[in-house]
Amino acid sequence: MKKYVSIANFFGPFIGLLVIIAVFTIVNPEHFLTPYNLKTVATQSAVVGIAALGMTIIIIAGGIDLSVGSVIALSTVVTALLLKGGFTPAAAGLAGILSGGICGLLNGQIIVRLRVVPFIATLGTLGIFRGLAKGLAGSQKIDAPPGWLPELLTKSPSAEWMVFSPGVWLMFILAVIAGLILSRTILGRYAYAIGSNEQAARVCGIRVEFNKTVIYTLGGFAAGLAGVLEFSRLTVGDPTVAMGSELDVIAAVVIGGGSLSGGEGSVLGTIVGTFIMAFLRNGCNLSGVPNFVQEIIIGGIIVVAVALDRLRGHNT
Amino acid sequence: MNPVLRLAGISKSFGLTKALDGIDLELFPGEVHALIGENGAGKSTLMKILSGVLLPDSGKMDLCGRTYCPDSPLSARTSGVSMVFQELTLAPHLSAVDNILLGAEPNQFGFINSKIAKSKASEVLLRLGHPEISLSATVKNLSPANRQIVEIARAIICRAKVLVFDEPTSSLDKADADKLFEVIKTLKKEGIGIFYISHFLEEVRRVADRFTALRDGRIAGRGNVAETAAGRMIEMMVGRKIAELFPVVPHSIREPVLEINSISGQKLPSGANLVLHRGEILGIAGLVGAGKTEFLRLIFGLDRIRSGKIKVMAVFGGYKPPVQRIREGMGFLSEDRQTQGLALNMSITDNITMISLNKTAFMGWLFKNRRRKLVSELAERTGVRHTGTENPVMSLSGGNQQKTALARLLYQEADVFLLDEPTRGIDVASKTAIYRIIGDLAAAGKSIIFVSSYFDELIGICDTICVMHRGQISQPQESSKLSVEILLAQASGTGAGT
Repeated sequence: MKKYVSIANFFGPFIGLLVIIAVFTIVNPEHFLTPYNLKTVATQSAVVGIAALGMTIIIIAGGIDLSVGSVIALSTVVTALLLKGGFTPAAAGLAGILSGGICGLLNGQIIVRLRVVPFIATLGTLGIFRGLAKGLAGSQKIDAPPGWLPELLTKSPSAEWMVFSPGVWLMFILAVIAGLILSRTILGRYAYAIGSNEQAARVCGIRVEFNKTVIYTLGGFAAGLAGVLEFSRLTVGDPTVAMGSELDVIAAVVIGGGSLSGGEGSVLGTIVGTFIMAFLRNGCNLSGVPNFVQEIIIGGIIVVAVALDRLRGHNT
Repeated sequence: MNPVLRLAGISKSFGLTKALDGIDLELFPGEVHALIGENGAGKSTLMKILSGVLLPDSGKMDLCGRTYCPDSPLSARTSGVSMVFQELTLAPHLSAVDNILLGAEPNQFGFINSKIAKSKASEVLLRLGHPEISLSATVKNLSPANRQIVEIARAIICRAKVLVFDEPTSSLDKADADKLFEVIKTLKKEGIGIFYISHFLEEVRRVADRFTALRDGRIAGRGNVAETAAGRMIEMMVGRKIAELFPVVPHSIREPVLEINSISGQKLPSGANLVLHRGEILGIAGLVGAGKTEFLRLIFGLDRIRSGKIKVMAVFGGYKPPVQRIREGMGFLSEDRQTQGLALNMSITDNITMISLNKTAFMGWLFKNRRRKLVSELAERTGVRHTGTENPVMSLSGGNQQKTALARLLYQEADVFLLDEPTRGIDVASKTAIYRIIGDLAAAGKSIIFVSSYFDELIGICDTICVMHRGQISQPQESSKLSVEILLAQASGTGAGT
């Protein structure tokens, strides 16, 4: 099953990605397909990509998390505050990740205990977490000695053999872990089962509420880590950062074959989806395509990707 | 032999209604025990108690001599009582093996051991006599029959001692049902006790050894299937003589109003002919998947016709959309009132008048009082029992919902009624009420096409009956000369059609 689903979900978006790379290579032969630019794209996609990994599991389980943008902002603020308070970069980073996990736990509890549908619950926490971030930061950017944290997303890592920045490697490692969770563990199987047919999951004695809470918490941890990377990019804690980026994260999952009605989606698809958007932005910038055209193109891609998915679903 | 499961004095109330009242039952190993009864008799409540979804108010259950008191589906399953549900409860996106082991995955530290999973699943499928089902196939790509086998496999994977089948054939055709009965025989031989819930008596007579009839939450009768006549079983279920079920309203058949000339749909039906007369109640009998619903949808314009003509009011034509069909006087009652027929959270008034709001409006402005007056008249005529016509349809029982859906067609003043399973899932009293309304309509010169897979009622109230089988429709036959057995043989393609 894993094989078929991931092949079906993977090939469509993958061909799309190749087409986009081919087009920009032709339009902009000297700048686009260069090692330096590839590194840039990879670095730019790390934040969205990591958050999207968590979102993939949530969407497969039939949920959604609109609060990831706010969680990312909150995490940058928490990280910056701790650094400012004299904690080590490692401790500050872990605190940022943990703050994301707590946010995810809260999302899960609201959905499970108060029985609020995920869309509304996380629409609410989108506001709550953003407000919290602003409150903690006193509504302004927090400058802090970043220590070695900026190294995470540098384009040219000090260790030459790494090629990509540590943040990008982190994304790939997490992708492998998320892939293993989904295909090899009980939690992953239950995520698919809950998203595919919640009633069936209940009948089989699966603790639906517990598993949902775990899934949202994992999603929160991923968003928290994305926030730490965002901090390493900005080197300040910014409560207004990542506004609307939840939509990029969801788009990455959906372009990669995730279905908002649950039961479908794959890690590979999500990573390809993330890169499709990153390459589009980067290619458009390099070729001097105005910003508004980029937005139209990316919006169009989302619609086309999902429409193709539906067509494929009807044919089989 | 000791019973595997013993129920003593099981009672359950919801508010003031007693859903179950002192049920005593014994189930023996290797026995198929049918639970029969009309909707609302308490079958599903009993099943929910067995499966741990509901706790009984009083009474006691023993499983293999030990007290059995499940508080969740999981604890029922681990004790050895498993369900095979009416609506399939599989996860469509997961593979067969994943579904079979769902909730019971062999694992180390949360990692699934897919080798053990596969060997366990294939062992169970072999036991059921269906090793050909591909373990890695995604369940949504399996046939309905194979999906059911997967569901059964899941039920018995945890060493089930008792299996409960709830209307297992409702989504299967004849060949698939045969397959299922073979599987049940296999399970019987293994010594598993089986409760078989169904309201298809033909099926019960085929698979069950003993039966218990439930009515209004009590046991209305029990016995050995082989020694009890079908008629006697029905009488136990409904609590009265069969003759009273189908009221006869005298009516006469006149000129043709609807002629259908070899129409075909995208898949089903193919080349169907039909003539419907004024004042006629014409039944269409057929099993699930025969193309009955598709046929009605074609006539009403919900689906496109591939070829053929429909003659309404002396005019031949091809496809016309529902808006025009309604204008031509056709009324359509869909088989699924909850998802296709009614807007459940809108009021009774809104639901009845939805078909033609203009009737009680001027330039788009709705006249409240006129609407209310018309609706309460119709509700009375159709016998909708309600606490106020402004209340949502959701608050009504299934039978009253169906009467509301029928009242809409009366409000529409339709001439030709296309009724798809109008008595599905409603209680006996409501069924009889609906038969009476249909009889009255025919007496008033309306024409009715009555589609059903419940053949007793077709014979009970129709003038003529056509049988559909794989998209083909038979010549009309006089219902007085037919029996359930003849219809069943024709519908399953084994009997000689006339």
